[in-house]
Amino acid sequence: MNVTELSVMTLWGATTLYAIAMFAYAIRLARVADEKVAAKAAVAVPVGAGAPADAPLVAEAPAASSPVKRSAKAAGIARATTLVGAMLHAVGLAARGIDAGHVPWSNMYEYTISGSFFAVAAFLIIQRRRDIAFLGAGVTGMATIALGLALTVLYKDVDTLPPALQSYWLVIHVSIATIVTGILTVSFVTSALQLMRDSRATGRRWAGARFRWLEAVPSAAKLEALSFRMNAVGFVLWTFTVMAGAIWAEHAWGRYWGWDPKEVWSFVIWVLYAAYLHARTTQGWAGRRSAWLAIAGYVALIMNFTVVNLFFQGLHTYAGS
Amino acid sequence: MARVKLDNYVVPAAPRLGFRGWLRWIWRQVTSMRVALILLLLLALASIPGSVLPQWPQDAAATRAFVADNPFWGPFLDATGFLDVFGSAWFTAIYLLLFASLIGCIAPRAAHHYRELRRPIAATPRSLSRYDGAGPERADVAPDDALARASAVLRPRAGWVGALRGYRVRIDRRDDGSVALAAETGHMRELGNLVFHASLVAVLLAVAYGTLFTYRGQAIVVEGRSFTNAVSAYDTFSSGSLFDPSDLDPFTIRLDSLDASFSDTGRPLHFQANVTYTEPGEEPVAEEISVNHPLESGDAKVYLQGNGYAPVLTVRDAAGEVAFSGPVVFLAQDAAYTSTGVVKVPDVTTGEQLGFKATLYPTFLEGPFAVGSIHPDPANPVIEMLAYTGDLGLDAGIPQNVYTLDESQLSPVQDEDGQPVTLRLALGETVDLPDGLGSVTFEELPRYGAFDLRADPSLPWLLTAAVLTLVGLATSLFASRRKVWLVARDDDGTTVVTGAAYAPAHDAGVGGVLERAIAAAAGREPAPGAEEKEEE
Ligand code: HEM
Repeated sequence: MNVTELSVMTLWGATTLYAIAMFAYAIRLARVADEKVAAKAAVAVPVGAGAPADAPLVAEAPAASSPVKRSAKAAGIARATTLVGAMLHAVGLAARGIDAGHVPWSNMYEYTISGSFFAVAAFLIIQRRRDIAFLGAGVTGMATIALGLALTVLYKDVDTLPPALQSYWLVIHVSIATIVTGILTVSFVTSALQLMRDSRATGRRWAGARFRWLEAVPSAAKLEALSFRMNAVGFVLWTFTVMAGAIWAEHAWGRYWGWDPKEVWSFVIWVLYAAYLHARTTQGWAGRRSAWLAIAGYVALIMNFTVVNLFFQGLHTYAGS
Repeated sequence: MARVKLDNYVVPAAPRLGFRGWLRWIWRQVTSMRVALILLLLLALASIPGSVLPQWPQDAAATRAFVADNPFWGPFLDATGFLDVFGSAWFTAIYLLLFASLIGCIAPRAAHHYRELRRPIAATPRSLSRYDGAGPERADVAPDDALARASAVLRPRAGWVGALRGYRVRIDRRDDGSVALAAETGHMRELGNLVFHASLVAVLLAVAYGTLFTYRGQAIVVEGRSFTNAVSAYDTFSSGSLFDPSDLDPFTIRLDSLDASFSDTGRPLHFQANVTYTEPGEEPVAEEISVNHPLESGDAKVYLQGNGYAPVLTVRDAAGEVAFSGPVVFLAQDAAYTSTGVVKVPDVTTGEQLGFKATLYPTFLEGPFAVGSIHPDPANPVIEMLAYTGDLGLDAGIPQNVYTLDESQLSPVQDEDGQPVTLRLALGETVDLPDGLGSVTFEELPRYGAFDLRADPSLPWLLTAAVLTLVGLATSLFASRRKVWLVARDDDGTTVVTGAAYAPAHDAGVGGVLERAIAAAAGREPAPGAEEKEEE
């Protein structure tokens, strides 16, 4: 087996494990929701209307009633498959880098495999500090789709770097951009859950029994606080990405900013997240509307990696290859 | 913000605003958070057409073609600024309003912040029940001592240093006999926020300054030739309105060689111009310019932006005299450097002027149906050209594009059958033109470098402003804003301490601070995790 095959095989392995993890996390969510509902019924103390809002971020089920928690088993499987998947993913990424002779983020296939890796890595790192297993299904699900698409549709054989990319700024600028994508992916899942959870809490949508798993998710306010922290990190890093890009453009093209489509979209993303940060502190915009702005920012980010690369002409053309 | 109230006669109680009142009202609207938010959203929205539609400053040729192909939408979008979004009146209006709003926002906030820094912190609220609380706990010492211990773990600092870098603490003895401690931090956050917003203004100012003083010029230099830094020497030159041409230092650059290396499949690997750089009155120095590594010369930088072939061609006229000899710049049309160029020969001794439209194939390959170049390296260079005779139209005084031939007064050279003749020359070959019109020789095949010289005196300022923006932003988002209160009272001889804390919802660490403070007051070890939690 050569390095190329090693990379592709480990990445397929990671895809499979993420898919399994996604199901395990989904099952865990359903079980935790069941256990919560059952525990509530068993305790039968009127908890008051505000109960869901006070659900701890550490979404643990009341343990005393069920000695062997069925959710714990699913959670164990999920965590293990995600971890092993991430290890395979890392091997696949490293092998690709060795194979290509440069950092593995110089075309869309490579962005996708590294961006999805950083999403899972961000999830695992945050999980070490706090229980965010409720995000697992979303994150591993998105990683499965991204890797699957990368390996089937976007795959490209390794190639040398064109002269414009032969710069240490490739390492700085693009790696941070890819890491931001990873972090904001996790945040996107959080914001989406926040909106769903909020809708369920107010009975607007997602209220039926099929969405009972939402009971296993912390309150909208807690999710908003969590996604804010990730968005804050993401925004600072994105600001840095844009600045590093401008410095690189100054080195390579002799102008730091030229409103090339890629630059336009980087700017749009930045402005949307700035709007999100303002919205959080604006009356009537905090909560749902600001969450929608964060989602709009994330959509623009993904557009910048996909539509802009593929369909818009600009100096960043090599990005589409 | 309350619903917008208008100056309305129907509502008798509403005071009439008058002119100055209106101005004040408008200013308050402009500087409100909601307007800032809406302007930001507008800014994002307004940028998008700039990436979808062709734009004059980015790609004039594509924009011209777009206008020509869309008889209605083309001129309409052009007139409304959609083909130059970032220079359009409406885009400018949005960002100028945003910055007006920004300045209107930070100036009062900065003044307020300055006063806040010097003002003593507020006393502990009467009732702590609205906040996340801790306790009650019993302490083994008197209320004053318990709170002194709590204060010690908070490591208070006085004055504005404390306000920025640590906790400021105040302890009050209250009427009901209890003692209350208030501690707060968080001014760093506000300071960072102000620095961030002010630096955005600085970024804008630096960009404006750069636009006024910048200059850039493009020049194509063939291997073995030199170029002097003077406005007239550039093929194209543009500058900001306050640029002074005498600012150019008259250095020269000689292109000794241009290295271009390609992989076997023709992918570019590396481009490098080896040049001799001479400043007036200085010794010449050898320098290298490559993509990503411009040459720095004073304020200016010289970039290698492109390269190609400039075949040396010699044209003899009907009398056998050399009518033209020299390198002709060909522009690459594809990745294999199939390149096109034009030769204009006005100075013939006899007969009509000559013109040529030529295509260079660096690695020529003739297939059954077509000819082409299969690699950008000159393994088998061949030039094919069509010859024209007539009037080149150079005398009209209208500047002509050197890369195109004005065929309006030219006719193609034809063979006996009336077909245009395609001349084919390999390197070193000479071919005769039909009808004794003369001959063409393909002498050499040097490369050329396309250089871009640019100076922008604003760059150091811009970089400083950008770094401040980033530092301010990080401080504003990551510094914490916390308040901690403890109340100790004497309850029949034992001291009872209760506490509460306040921080934004995303700041989980404040609980750890409260726990450490109340543990110190109660004289016990803080619960495990309290330290580490604060780090989060
Ligand atoms: C050029 C446009 C602007 C950009 C890019 C921008 C960006 C930002 C960012 C990224 C933050 C987050 C920092 C934080 O939450 O601490 C922020 C906060 C803030 N901005 Fe702006 N801003 C702009 C204009 C304005 C304007 C015009 C105002 C005045 C209405 C304003 C007032 C504020 C305030 C008060 C905060 C603090 C929010 C808080 O955390 O309580 N900003 N801004």
